[in-house]
Amino acid sequence: MQNTDIRKRIKAIRRWNGIFRIVGLLSTFVGLVLLFALMADLFTDGFPRLSYKFFASFPSRFPEEAGILSAWVGSCLVLLVTACAAIPLGVAAGVYLEEYARKNWLTDLIEINIANLAGVPSIVYGLLALGLFVYFFRFGESVLTGGLTLALLILPMVIMATREAIRAIPNSIREASYAVGATKWQTVKWHIIPYSTGGILTGIIIGLSRAIGETAPIITVGALTFIAFLPEPPISSDFPFISFKWLLDPFTVMPIQMFNWVSRPQKGFQLNAAAAGIVLMGMTLLMNGIAIYIRYKFRKKIKW
Amino acid sequence: MNTTILTELKAEAKDLNFLYGQVHALKDINLPIERRKVTALIGPSGCGKTTFLRCFNRMHDLYPHNRYKGEIILYPDNVNIISPEIDPIEVRMQISMVFQKPNPFPKTIYENVAYGLRVRGTKKKQVIDERVEKSLRGAALWDEVKDRLHNLAFDLSGGQQQRLCIARALATDPRILLFDEPTSALDPIATSKIEELIIELKNEVTIIIVTHNMQQAARISDYTAFMYIGEIVEYDRTEKIFTAPSSKLTEDYITGRFG
Repeated sequence: MQNTDIRKRIKAIRRWNGIFRIVGLLSTFVGLVLLFALMADLFTDGFPRLSYKFFASFPSRFPEEAGILSAWVGSCLVLLVTACAAIPLGVAAGVYLEEYARKNWLTDLIEINIANLAGVPSIVYGLLALGLFVYFFRFGESVLTGGLTLALLILPMVIMATREAIRAIPNSIREASYAVGATKWQTVKWHIIPYSTGGILTGIIIGLSRAIGETAPIITVGALTFIAFLPEPPISSDFPFISFKWLLDPFTVMPIQMFNWVSRPQKGFQLNAAAAGIVLMGMTLLMNGIAIYIRYKFRKKIKW
Repeated sequence: MNTTILTELKAEAKDLNFLYGQVHALKDINLPIERRKVTALIGPSGCGKTTFLRCFNRMHDLYPHNRYKGEIILYPDNVNIISPEIDPIEVRMQISMVFQKPNPFPKTIYENVAYGLRVRGTKKKQVIDERVEKSLRGAALWDEVKDRLHNLAFDLSGGQQQRLCIARALATDPRILLFDEPTSALDPIATSKIEELIIELKNEVTIIIVTHNMQQAARISDYTAFMYIGEIVEYDRTEKIFTAPSSKLTEDYITGRFG
């Protein structure tokens, strides 16, 4: 081949390189522009509504007086229940599957199942929870039911995050532990769980930040859309000072409050919905930020 | 002086066979392990020397489809440590191991050494402090780390990490110390430090070392076993193996004709 031929060839190949660069750039812009447009719209509508009063008021018939108190308190309480249920179950299941379970067709089946569970539409979890928690266990349309429903939803994510984090621990560390006479539990307690904490926490927070935005399963189990009172406070002035009555109180959450406002005709409620959207997005971003920070912190400490 | 009278057995493999699933990795191994001596296992890669070493602390029990046959008797208790009735944890508590690549825990230097004691439920800080110092001195690492015991073990150099792993293995007073190519990941200076250490340690503990480095075996061991495809071809005093091997195969290997 002559030099000129080679140059021609290179030029043709280069052209495709350039074309892809442009296509890729445009694709990236579509995503970015849409996100920014969405956020700008949300902010111009909702930002003026954000005030202390908005956070401290119950919903109302009058858009100017309506606030998100019952919604954000409800979201926090539901997430608390979700975390308390999903973390121990998910981590224990993940540790069991990685460290204890023998690798055979049964564990393969469980693995496939868990991966599939992560892809089940959330409304299906709502239906399951309606049958299980509301009708069978008679927890009612309560914070407990809502929290457990979301816990089911994020359980596969927590299990998978735990397994991923555990798999990243080199086998030489396990052997080092066993070689001095440690039992499986000692190895898990002193090595496997501490070294995978970063990955597990990241998975948990990402799961929770998904849970906080879920609407469908929460509607299915019957969360109220208009609620003008708070659940019973968890701390009481009388002995034994801690109360669990709030678990069985009715509740609403941020996305449901938003949904309720969006579906009303008055313009004022639309603005409220946008403001609640900002708060919800802020909560999610904050949680993702924490997840990134934790991952960074733990990565710095442990390098294999 | 007749040296053979002075020797005493610490362990002995008798008709030991080992299978990974269908793979017959060790075949009818018979080998005495002399007390407070260094026994080296040499041979080309894949000959089963590491597999054999890992039988001594039942590391194979960690993975499925592994089977032992025959016996490894630990003296003076006359216990067959590979018998299914013996708990592998009981064996590992008496026979520690140092691995090919330094594998300290991502914890402090102190906690790395104290780990074996914690596993045994030792709680008294004073006892642990003393053992940690004694083991680090035993591993010739104390002077280098005594001012930074609570730094992370990963901050140490590779050779220091390996000596830390030796200290971790020493902390629980093992009866046998197993070394699986302990210097293969280290530079020559760190290697010679570990070798000196091993020679010193044999005053306290019985040592079995797998090495792919024949000079190393010649330098530090008292006895050498040459293995080939899962069998022991020749076992003798190290000088004898390296100067006048009785088997042609051993001679070919140590003179570098194959391997």
